[in-house]
Amino acid sequence: MSESMILTARCLRLSRRQVDALITALVLPVLLMILFVELFGGAIRTGTTLSYVTYVVPGVLLLCAGYSSSLTAVAVCQDVTGGCIDRLRSMNVRGASLLVGHVAASAARNLASGVLVLVVALALGFHPHAHALEWLASGGVLLAFIVAVSSLSVAVGLLARSPEAASGFTFLIMFLPYASSAFVPVRTMPGWLHGFAAHQPITPITETLRGLLLGTPVGSNAGVAIAWCAGILLVSILASGALFARRVA
Amino acid sequence: MRITYTIDSKAARATRCSEEPVLEATGLEKSYGEVRVLAGIDLRMPRGGVLALLGPNGAGKTTAVRILSTLIRPDAGRARVAGFDVLSEREQVRRRISLTGQYAAVDELQTGAENLRMIGRLRGLGRAQASARAGELLERFDLLDAGGRRVATYSGGMRRRLDLAMSLVSDPAVLFLDEPTTGLDPRSRQTVWLLVAELAERGVSVFLTTQYLEEADRLADQIVVLDRGAIVAQGTAAELKRRVAEQRVVLTLAGPDALAEVAWALGDRAIEIDREELTIVAPCDGGAREVRALLDEIDPGRSAIDDFAVRNATLDDVFLELTHV
Repeated sequence: MSESMILTARCLRLSRRQVDALITALVLPVLLMILFVELFGGAIRTGTTLSYVTYVVPGVLLLCAGYSSSLTAVAVCQDVTGGCIDRLRSMNVRGASLLVGHVAASAARNLASGVLVLVVALALGFHPHAHALEWLASGGVLLAFIVAVSSLSVAVGLLARSPEAASGFTFLIMFLPYASSAFVPVRTMPGWLHGFAAHQPITPITETLRGLLLGTPVGSNAGVAIAWCAGILLVSILASGALFARRVA
Repeated sequence: MRITYTIDSKAARATRCSEEPVLEATGLEKSYGEVRVLAGIDLRMPRGGVLALLGPNGAGKTTAVRILSTLIRPDAGRARVAGFDVLSEREQVRRRISLTGQYAAVDELQTGAENLRMIGRLRGLGRAQASARAGELLERFDLLDAGGRRVATYSGGMRRRLDLAMSLVSDPAVLFLDEPTTGLDPRSRQTVWLLVAELAERGVSVFLTTQYLEEADRLADQIVVLDRGAIVAQGTAAELKRRVAEQRVVLTLAGPDALAEVAWALGDRAIEIDREELTIVAPCDGGAREVRALLDEIDPGRSAIDDFAVRNATLDDVFLELTHV
């Protein structure tokens, strides 16, 4: 456990000092929010009674969380190519400790950018209808998503041959919300995309957040969302453990 | 002066080295797909010794270090390091070794002191102990002034020194150094040599890999020459030099045709052929009689060879000869 804390402190210190990445992680979400609400928002009809800013906030939160979490892949890959992982392994540090360190730092980074997105959203006219418990639950769902994507990023970072390759994963994760109900309802998409858009993890997670924050029907989405996050987390932990033990860089 | 120091300490060490090996490997094999990186090597290093694994790029040096430092498993063979088996007692081995890899594994965005403290904490030291240890090592490695600065501002030599210091936080029984001076300027290389010699003096067993003969010669009691995954020679630097002729004759040829002709006449004896400079290097004992006989034999027409010079064999000559195709 103390190993995890030492490595978490390391990752937090490194994140804090990577000024350019930190600025990107904070500014990008705000820009995306303005982009969707102010530029696209006027032309988009969601077929609900919600204003577009209110409709889209859960999606932007997920987009930002996904982006910021997937940056973990680059950080982990830098640890691999820089020889840090070799040193840690030769010191008998467990792979799980490294994973916890990177995931905890990612969660902390996300907390900062999440709060910023919410503040900007409220300024742009976001109208949530949630009481304290629902806010807490939303935070929990978002955290589950962040932990799942960050853990998956650790596995990707261990697998990738170079930090540049690892950053490709960021694009994949950033693309997912577009093909989900995050920005427009799935029924407005072409038929061939419905299957994917309705069943990929971002859609149930978005719908769960929407339900909690705006009072729209949640249905079975909450269960599916949690199952997705738990599944991704489990697979990532197993994959990272195996990759950490076998990594032959 | 530095050379004297190294030689003295080597002699002192030789008398102190006990016979009990701190590192012993037999029949290590490793392949990646079709490529046989290690073709069954045996290694033995006495406690307190310094062993250099010397070889060109791709000889399998790093693979050997990675097996011995428990990072990868060999396909076949066994190895014991610091008294424990690298496969079945991996954790015991890891507690007693330190690895300094080919690239300085230091966090650029942490300060030197932070890097050292982190390693100390991971090695199980308390907060205060880790700080004290970091301070000691910064002083010993001449980084006291730079300790509070981020590593990103360090020179290559300073990074290497910090990297070495990080490996010594735990007082390892065996220190693995994978190409410790690759990419360093000559001055920094000298400093690293001095530091490694000092460590050996303090009784740390050092297993290092290098492509530089000079480095192996300076630092190691024992040199193992590795080429394409197999050991082609081993011994002290003096023993290795003795294995090949002490002198070299460098022939300068009249033209490309003459070069081809003389190279053919020399056959296996030609150690180096330089087609641009039109020179050929061959071994000899340096005596007038042998040189005269050699020249008569390979150039009976007395027109192919323009010039010749006799010089002492360097370790590079030894290396080239041992790793000869």
